[in-house]
Order: sequence, then structure tokens, then C-alpha cells
Amino acid sequence: MTAYLVRRVLQAIVVLFGVSVIVFLLLKALPGGPARAALQLRANPATIHAFDVKYGLLKPLPVQYLTWLGQLLQGNLGFSYKQNQSVDTLLSENLPRSLVLVGSSTIIALLVAIPMGTYQAVRRNKPDDYVLTGMSLVFYSMPSFFLGIILIIVLSDILPLLPSTGPNSVNPIWDQLPNLVLPVLTLTLVTLALFSRYMRSSVLENLVQDYVRTARAKGVSNRRVLFLHAMPNALLPIITLIGLSLPGILSGALVVESLFNYPGMGLMFWNAAQNQDYPVMLGTTMVVGVAVVLGSLLADVCYAVADPRVRYS
Amino acid sequence: MIGAGVPFEEVPVIKVAREEHAGEERPGLLKPTIRVFMENRLAVVGVGIVAFFVLFCFVGPLVYHTNQVQANPVISDRAPSLQHLLGTDDAGYDVVGRLMAGGQTTLIVALAVAVLATSFGTIWGAVAGFAGGMIDGAMMRIVDSILSIPTLFLLLFVATIATPSVLLLIVVISGVSWLVPSRLVRSETLALRTSQYVDASRAAGSRPAGIVFRHIIPNVFGTVVVNATFQVADAVLAIAYLSFLGLGIPPPAANWGSMLSQGVNYVFAGYWWEIWPAGLCIVALVVAFNFIGDGLRDAVEVRLQQR
Repeated sequence: MTAYLVRRVLQAIVVLFGVSVIVFLLLKALPGGPARAALQLRANPATIHAFDVKYGLLKPLPVQYLTWLGQLLQGNLGFSYKQNQSVDTLLSENLPRSLVLVGSSTIIALLVAIPMGTYQAVRRNKPDDYVLTGMSLVFYSMPSFFLGIILIIVLSDILPLLPSTGPNSVNPIWDQLPNLVLPVLTLTLVTLALFSRYMRSSVLENLVQDYVRTARAKGVSNRRVLFLHAMPNALLPIITLIGLSLPGILSGALVVESLFNYPGMGLMFWNAAQNQDYPVMLGTTMVVGVAVVLGSLLADVCYAVADPRVRYS
Repeated sequence: MIGAGVPFEEVPVIKVAREEHAGEERPGLLKPTIRVFMENRLAVVGVGIVAFFVLFCFVGPLVYHTNQVQANPVISDRAPSLQHLLGTDDAGYDVVGRLMAGGQTTLIVALAVAVLATSFGTIWGAVAGFAGGMIDGAMMRIVDSILSIPTLFLLLFVATIATPSVLLLIVVISGVSWLVPSRLVRSETLALRTSQYVDASRAAGSRPAGIVFRHIIPNVFGTVVVNATFQVADAVLAIAYLSFLGLGIPPPAANWGSMLSQGVNYVFAGYWWEIWPAGLCIVALVVAFNFIGDGLRDAVEVRLQQR
């Protein structure tokens, strides 16, 4: 177990470095350079040169990378000149709201997908399976903004049940629950389609295994076989798959946030992209990358705890 | 190519056998694959839908002429009529014409992305899997690092740095799409590395590059083709997302995603023709490619069983 953990953590550290290198390369790829972005109207060759010297931008790339990394590890994520705030402040306002959106969607999606996928596997090739699998496929193939628009049309226009925009950033989220429903519902449906597909194939794989046949031959009831044997085994790969789906869910959250004007990290990133507010974009990308790596690591560790076979591979 | 396990010089026994059966039909693996594929009704439906879109987008404009270059605000937001089968959008463009133009870009970019991303990813994965050790570790950590950053964040970043064009779109989307095939091919290569014909090839003195290209890659071909089909589906979605977020090819170029982002403004005005057609086109095309991918996957498994 320890050997596996050590190996996995070392891998995660290497990948974190990789992510930081990618973000650094993106930083270096920005047009005009940070000097122009910071100085804006005061930029002329003299001021740019002074800026470059002051911030060590004329040193060789590896040295710049290490300085930048040092700053990052101290928690300095950059300063947004366009919004006149540090990126940390902006993130600390928007990140929790995104966590509410992503967290609740993922949890609800899991809670529904696990029973639904199991049901689909048990009723394989019967009409209920076809209907559910078909619906899953359609939701999975639909861009999340189109699904969101359909939900707005159905639930805000035809039946005026819910507001069509997300919560505003002034009042706390908990006071605006009706505004939360549509964004969370959209993200949940898309994630649900993905998870139930995984769950269905995982349960199917387990139902044809020898141990299931043995259990049935020994007289164990179908229900016990399913819930006590097949399902727990089927859940194991889902843990890793959740870790792997994190980047996709975060991308989906970005789109949902921009559609519903949900004041989260994704919307902040998108607005920054429109305004070419590069420090915000870089800081957010770094945070999101780190979150994904840590999430994957956590998922793999949970998988190793749950499934002893993995620890000895 | 398929079934490449026969050594370079045909052993005399095989030569004689070939002569004896000279006039008979070779069983081969292509026919059963196609047969299984054709029996999968959903896959055939998928192929039909794709064929429809190709005709609609490329042959359609020759039949149904519309002006996609000049905006005509005078006739904007018109409901469907005989003149404009699906109405006009808020700039006065005919919606059907816009669908055709958008579809052309989508199909070209998606297919180009699938070819590029799959080729590059396959070679990367095969080399990593075959080399093993530190090289494998380093190559796969690079893949993991890029995978850890959500695609849309990366794509948006690049789109703000450079002005999007069809070529840039292809390059950028391929740049994030090659990661999944590389992982798949790497794990298949790890399994194939220990096969007997690889050992035989190595014993016969082939260089590693030769083994990778002559033996490993042809044998992962099935998985690669299945994955390439799903890549097309994902690329269609990626293009839609990018153009919805306003960072696809700038107007007057048409794109299904940007049609939706403009249509959103008119949800409560009831201009359904500015919303549903574009969205349904995206869904239909992605579903079609997913059906084809599923069908190919089942057909490839048949191939593997017959070996």
C-alpha cells in the first residue's frame, strides 16, 4: 500500500510541475508581453524596458520559470490590472460559488446514476434499457448550453416556474435557491448521462463474471447478488472514472456559468477571456489544473483503499 | 496490413498452401466486420445521418441559394416561409443557408481534427508503450499534465491569443484531442509488446521503429479507428462550444454554436427557428458519430474473436 501511495504521489507531483510548465508557457505566449499589459497606456520602449528589468523578464527562461514558480508557491497568483484586484481575491470570491455548482451537480449525478446504471444493466436490451440508454446518449451528445437553453424554454418560458438567470453575486447563494435550480439541473443532466453509461457497462461486466454465477448457483437471491456482490465491485472503477471526468465537468461548468450568468470561476474566466485579462486567466487555469490533479490523486487513493488488488499491481 | 504477423519471407509451406488454394475466396477479416456493422441498425442509421449532412452542407448550397456574406437587417427575424424555409436570423441571414455553411466548417474541421489527433496520438502512444521505462513515464506524464487542464480553459486561452481561423481551430482542437488516443494505444502496445510475433521480429533483427510501424500499429488499428470516430463526435462538440462562447471563426462565417448563442437572446420572443435547428443539427451529428463508433467497436470485437 505504501509503495503504491508513494509512487502515485510522486506521479502527481511530476504532473503538477507539468501543469505549471504549461501555464508558464501560456504566460510567455501572450501577445505584447506582461509589460504592455501592466503599463497599458504608459507603455513605450523605455518604460517597457524598465519594467522588464525590474521584474526579471530579461533573464533566461528557466530562471524566469523558477522565479514565477517560487511566487506561485507563496500564494501569489498574479494581479489583475483590468479589475484592480489580486487574482487571489477574485478567486476566493468566485471559487466557492463554483464549488457549490460543481459539487452539488456531481453528487446528485452520482446518486442518480448509480441506481439508474444498475437498473439499465439488469434490464439490458429490454424496452426500459433502450429508453434510458437512448436518453443518456442524447443528453451525452448534446452541448450543455443547448440543454440549458431547452430547460430555460421549458421551465422558464412555457411553464414559468423558475428564473432563467443564475444567482447574482450580491446576495448569498443560499438566499437564491430558485436561481440555482436550472444551472445545477443542466450540469447534473450532462454529468448524469456520462456516469450512468459508465455504471451500466461496469455492472454488466460484473454480472457475467464467474463469482456471480457461483453465488447464484449457491442459491443466493438475485437481489443479494446484485446489491451485495455485483454493485460494490462495479462501483470500484467508477471512483477512478470520477477523477478522470473532473476536467470535463469543470469545462461543462464554465459553459453553464456563462449561459446562466452564474457568478463562479468559469464565468470569471470567460469574462477575463473577453477582456484579455491575462493574469486572471492564468491564475484560474493554474488553480483548476491543481484541483484536477489533486482530485485524481484522491480518487486513485480511494480506489486503492477500496480495492486491494490495485495496491499490488 | 491487418494480420501482419507473417514473417518477411514466406515459409515454403505457406507458399505451397497459397498455390493450392489459389482460386478460392480468401476469408479475410473485412467481410465479417462489415457484416456485423451492417447488422447494427443504429450504426447504419448513424451512417445515413452523416451522409445526409454531407449532402445537405456541401450539395445543398448548390440547390438552395442564399446570401451568406451580406447581412440584410431589413428581413431579420422573419418566421419560416416559402422564401426562407427556416426563417431568418437577427442579421437577416437565411437560417437554412446558415446551417449549411456552418455544417461545412464543422464537418471539415471535425474530420481533420480526428485524422490529425488520432495519427499523432497513436504514434505517441505506440512509441511510449513500446519504449517503456523512463521514456514511457516521461511521455505519459506530459499527457497527464495537458489532460489535467480542462479543455475549454485551454481552448479559450489560445483563442484569445490568436485570431481563430479554420486552420487554427483544427490545430488547437487537435492539440487537446490527441491525448486520449495516445493513452489507449499505449495500453494496447503494452499488451502487444510481449506477443510472439514481436519477439520473432526482434529476433530477426528488426529495428524498434520497424517493429512499431509494421507490427504494433496495424494491430491497434481497430481500436484506433473506433476512437477516431468518437474523436469526430467530440470535435463537433468542441467546435460548437467554442463558437457558442464567441471564440470560433468570426462573422460573417456561420457556425452552429454561434447561431445558438445569438438565438438565446430571443428565447422569450418566441423565435424558435433561431434556436432549435442549429441545436438539433449539433445533437444529430454527434449522436450519428456515436452510433457509428459504437457499431465499429462491436464489429472490431468480432474481428478480435475470429483471430
